[in-house]
Amino acid sequence: MLLTTAGSAAALFLPACSRKLPPTYGNLLRMGDTLTYAAHRALLNGKALAKEYTRADITSFPAIGTVDPGDPKNKKPSPIYRQLQSGRFADWRLTVEGLVARPGSYSLADLKSFPSRTQITRQSCEEGWSAIAEWTGVPLSLVLDAVGMLPSARFVSYYSYDDWADSIDLIDALHPQTMLAYGMNGKDLPIPHGAPVRMRVETQLGYRSVKYLERIVVKDDFDDGGEKGNIQQGWSWYAGI
Amino acid sequence: MNSLGGKEAGVSQHAAWVKLAHWIVTVSFFALAFSGVIVLMAHPRLYWGETGNNLTPALLELPLGRNHHHPGWEQPTAFFAQEGSPVTANRNFEIFNENGWARSLHFLAAWFLVAPGAVYLFAGLFSGHFRRHLWPRSREFARGLLRQDLWDHLRLRIAAATGGPHYGVLQKCTYCSVVFGALPLAVVTGLAMSPAITASYPFLSGMFGGVQSARTIHFFISLLLVLFVLVHAIMVVKSGFRRQMRAMTMGE
Repeated sequence: MLLTTAGSAAALFLPACSRKLPPTYGNLLRMGDTLTYAAHRALLNGKALAKEYTRADITSFPAIGTVDPGDPKNKKPSPIYRQLQSGRFADWRLTVEGLVARPGSYSLADLKSFPSRTQITRQSCEEGWSAIAEWTGVPLSLVLDAVGMLPSARFVSYYSYDDWADSIDLIDALHPQTMLAYGMNGKDLPIPHGAPVRMRVETQLGYRSVKYLERIVVKDDFDDGGEKGNIQQGWSWYAGI
Repeated sequence: MNSLGGKEAGVSQHAAWVKLAHWIVTVSFFALAFSGVIVLMAHPRLYWGETGNNLTPALLELPLGRNHHHPGWEQPTAFFAQEGSPVTANRNFEIFNENGWARSLHFLAAWFLVAPGAVYLFAGLFSGHFRRHLWPRSREFARGLLRQDLWDHLRLRIAAATGGPHYGVLQKCTYCSVVFGALPLAVVTGLAMSPAITASYPFLSGMFGGVQSARTIHFFISLLLVLFVLVHAIMVVKSGFRRQMRAMTMGE
């Protein structure tokens, strides 16, 4: 355990030919984030489930950040999203590509034809508040299985209509509670909370559960998402704490 | 600084590992307190129980910055048909949020509390440092000695520095509460706010009655720790700043 942590910590100082750890850009704080990530992976059970609640526990839930990507009043509105929204997302397709044997393009109906999972979980926002909601969706592992994720795959990147680029490692991607959620509190996922489909990553802070999913790409190297990713915007990529 | 009067025979000094741990934790604590305030300012509302947010009642609202009572919540919509249903509302207010670097600094600094802290706890236990210097003896509670020591401190009658770990009974009680109580509690309530850690160890949030309870306790413990540091610094000054600083750095 100690060796793994030490080894992972040592890796902070090795130039990455193939990147398996988030880049730090020489930033001490990002090095700290990577140390935390390495420690969590070394010391915690990656398959442990976040607490699941009952319907009686469901709470009020603020909608923050982007609440409508198509809204022309946004700094960078998405006309594509606005168009899809006007058609009630009948034309929305989630492409799943990259290191997969059978790249797929899924409509909402397609995703709903997968076996679904419903989980009532707590979202902890980085701001400090938390809320409990019921999410219904397809476990990401099932979709990755359907597209035939290749053995060389290490990360799953996901992109949104409001210009976020995030990614998770395979431990999180294959976690039983990681899902593409299309339902919230028993109804269709509403626009302010990420319609038509958002990611759910239940063992990390809320900002990893990106709303308004557009595209998923499976990769073998770490990709920090450039300017649209967390790291270059000054946030920890791994948000288990 | 000895309620038994005068120096104990055989002037012992602060051990090197004690001095090292002391200063690393000092710097770490300042970084934690500073970054902690910045983190709190993003959402200066405290709750009790499993959850809490702007659309649920708060236990306590702190007037910290512009996120306190901020406007910009649009019309709430109920999730369910029944009365008293939880609601959702959109936020159109740009909040103050420096949690990117503040959180990262907080957790980086935390490593420099927990690692030296763990070493200090083990070394303190097995070297006899706690037994000889920190844990109060039963005779120190006799004949109103604690009450007298407290009264002396309140009247700022502070004994001169002895150059080493010779502590009065009030001092011992205070240091023990910090080393074995407040600091570990601050760490554990901190860990209890981690989604990943509580998934692996659900008892962590359960033992406090929920994640938001842990957060509230974390805040109040941190407040007590800041108060401790303040009083500690004043006592160091009042008992002979130069001698104390020399004792905790180069030794005599």
